[in-house]
Amino acid sequence: MTSEEPVIQLVGVKKVYGKGDALVYALAGVDLTIRAGEFVAIMGASGSGKSTSMNIIGCLDVPSAGSYRFRGAKVEEMTADERAMLRRLHIGFVFQGFNLLPRTTAIENVELPLVYRRVPTAERQRRAIEALETVGLGDRLHHVPSELSGGQQQRVAIARALASAPALLLADEPTGNLDSRRSAEIMQLLVQLNQERGITIVMVTHEPDMAAFASRCVHFKDGLIIGDGVPAEVFGPPSSSAGGAA
Amino acid sequence: MIWAILAMALRQIRRNAVRSFLTMLGIMIGVGAVIALVTLGEGATSKVKSDISKLGDNLLIVSPGADRRGPEVSVATPFTAADLEAIREEVAGVRLAAPTVQKGALVVAGNLNWRTSITGTTNEYLEVRGYEVERGRSFTEQEVTAGQPLCVIGTTVEKQLFPGGEALGQYVRVDRIGCEIIGVLASKGQSSMGQDQDDLVLVPLRMAQRRLIGNTDIGTIYVTVDAAEDTAQTKTDIEDLLRQRRRIQPDAEDDFRVRDLQEIASAMSSATGALTSLLGAIAAVSLLVGGIGIMNIMLVNVTERTREIGTRLAIGALAREVLLQFLVEAIVLSTTGGVIGVALGLGGSYAGTRALGMPFVIQPGIVLVAFGFSAMIGVVFGYLPARKAANLNPIEALRHE
Repeated sequence: MTSEEPVIQLVGVKKVYGKGDALVYALAGVDLTIRAGEFVAIMGASGSGKSTSMNIIGCLDVPSAGSYRFRGAKVEEMTADERAMLRRLHIGFVFQGFNLLPRTTAIENVELPLVYRRVPTAERQRRAIEALETVGLGDRLHHVPSELSGGQQQRVAIARALASAPALLLADEPTGNLDSRRSAEIMQLLVQLNQERGITIVMVTHEPDMAAFASRCVHFKDGLIIGDGVPAEVFGPPSSSAGGAA
Repeated sequence: MIWAILAMALRQIRRNAVRSFLTMLGIMIGVGAVIALVTLGEGATSKVKSDISKLGDNLLIVSPGADRRGPEVSVATPFTAADLEAIREEVAGVRLAAPTVQKGALVVAGNLNWRTSITGTTNEYLEVRGYEVERGRSFTEQEVTAGQPLCVIGTTVEKQLFPGGEALGQYVRVDRIGCEIIGVLASKGQSSMGQDQDDLVLVPLRMAQRRLIGNTDIGTIYVTVDAAEDTAQTKTDIEDLLRQRRRIQPDAEDDFRVRDLQEIASAMSSATGALTSLLGAIAAVSLLVGGIGIMNIMLVNVTERTREIGTRLAIGALAREVLLQFLVEAIVLSTTGGVIGVALGLGGSYAGTRALGMPFVIQPGIVLVAFGFSAMIGVVFGYLPARKAANLNPIEALRHE
């Protein structure tokens, strides 16, 4: 795949909740193209439509109108099972709350997506260990989440997303539950994965400091994109960055 | 994939060991109870059967009165000495025929008394019913014919009237008639119907007829058939003979009954069989309750693990794979409970049958049914929670706190 081929292509995407007078446009017509190898931060206040667009990009939800092509495939025409297969094979998820299985060791957590991909046990373990080593947790394979710090748990979650070698890594507020030092570490890890491995990353955040790590920033407001460019363009000078998130 | 899902289910069950055990307990108790009760019931049935066949399967019991319940039985025409003679002489295959008359009476010795059943009969009765004289002797031919006031008693009567003493040679009064005790019978214990077979007083037939009852009627006649003869044929012959002697019209019903032990045995075992089914049914209810317990815990599980389910769906689990995972968990719980329940049920019923002196008969059928039922309960009661898990919206499930 060349870096010119779009991984994500949203055209006129609308998402509507409710009926009649209670009709709410979570997305009011969004056009967005993300190419392979990009590291995109999606910014916006709560209610701006950034989470809805994230769910649509992650194939967890379908647009009410408009079209979404994931690597050329029309997602809105897929069945729920087809979308699940697409997530299984091509998308890695990192969540704000880590969402590791409790009382399950790091390696077993990382193996989980490979279990669904029916990777044989030995191969599964090899890839899980490799992924955990990539995120710097090669010495924590058999620790359960409660024995790991928040930063370590998020690294396990990133390893889980990496293990299946996805075309797209979706991170939903990946540093939302972490202090600033751990946050920076996680962001550096994502930047490293993006630069060294060429993994396409789409990250939702409301913190301009985190968005600054991305190579491109898309700013949502009231279900529309109101800004798209390098982080500095979208927020202006770093001193006024807080205003961009409001 | 199924192995991976099974492994996940086992891991999940181990992780919640105490809860899993408590969930299984319902099924364990249910399956255990069904198996224990049915096995005990079957043990009782086969004990009844073997007890009855110990009496000899060549015994016929000829009694006056039609084969129906109610007051008619008591007004039925009794047999006569001539009937007895005819049975002895005219029916091929009759080895022994013991006539009896029975009367409940108060037996008094000194200042002690005991109400028991007085049987007037002949020595043949001892052989036909399998009694043996332990001490003393039975009646002589002459004593029976003359109707002497003598008696042979069972050990229960001896214990009641002569506590700690020797009854032999003593006198008792039966309905104000003094009788000498000439023999004490060896104890036979309880019958399978729970009757005390040692609570009896035997007197010569003539004595009972003349001095206790006041007529020459004969009640029940106990007949043993020659081992070489066909019991059923002999039974039919006796019936034909008695119909003829009692002048019963061809289209009229018998006013007497000839029962063989097979008949009694099957009546008894159908009674215990019915009881077994009833107990089994009650125990099956507890199996149902156990199933509801599994459903309850699985529903709690699904709610508790909503975020996990959301994560699984997000990383690409198909709805049917989530469904299968929770279903397999429920089935593993219920079948593990079932296996333990089978072990408990068999162990319990083994101990129970030993304690009650009954034979221990494993019913492979009921073991399979109980186990299969427990697996089925896993499927039935696990399906609803599993479907609930599979139908979760991944976005909402991930947001769930």
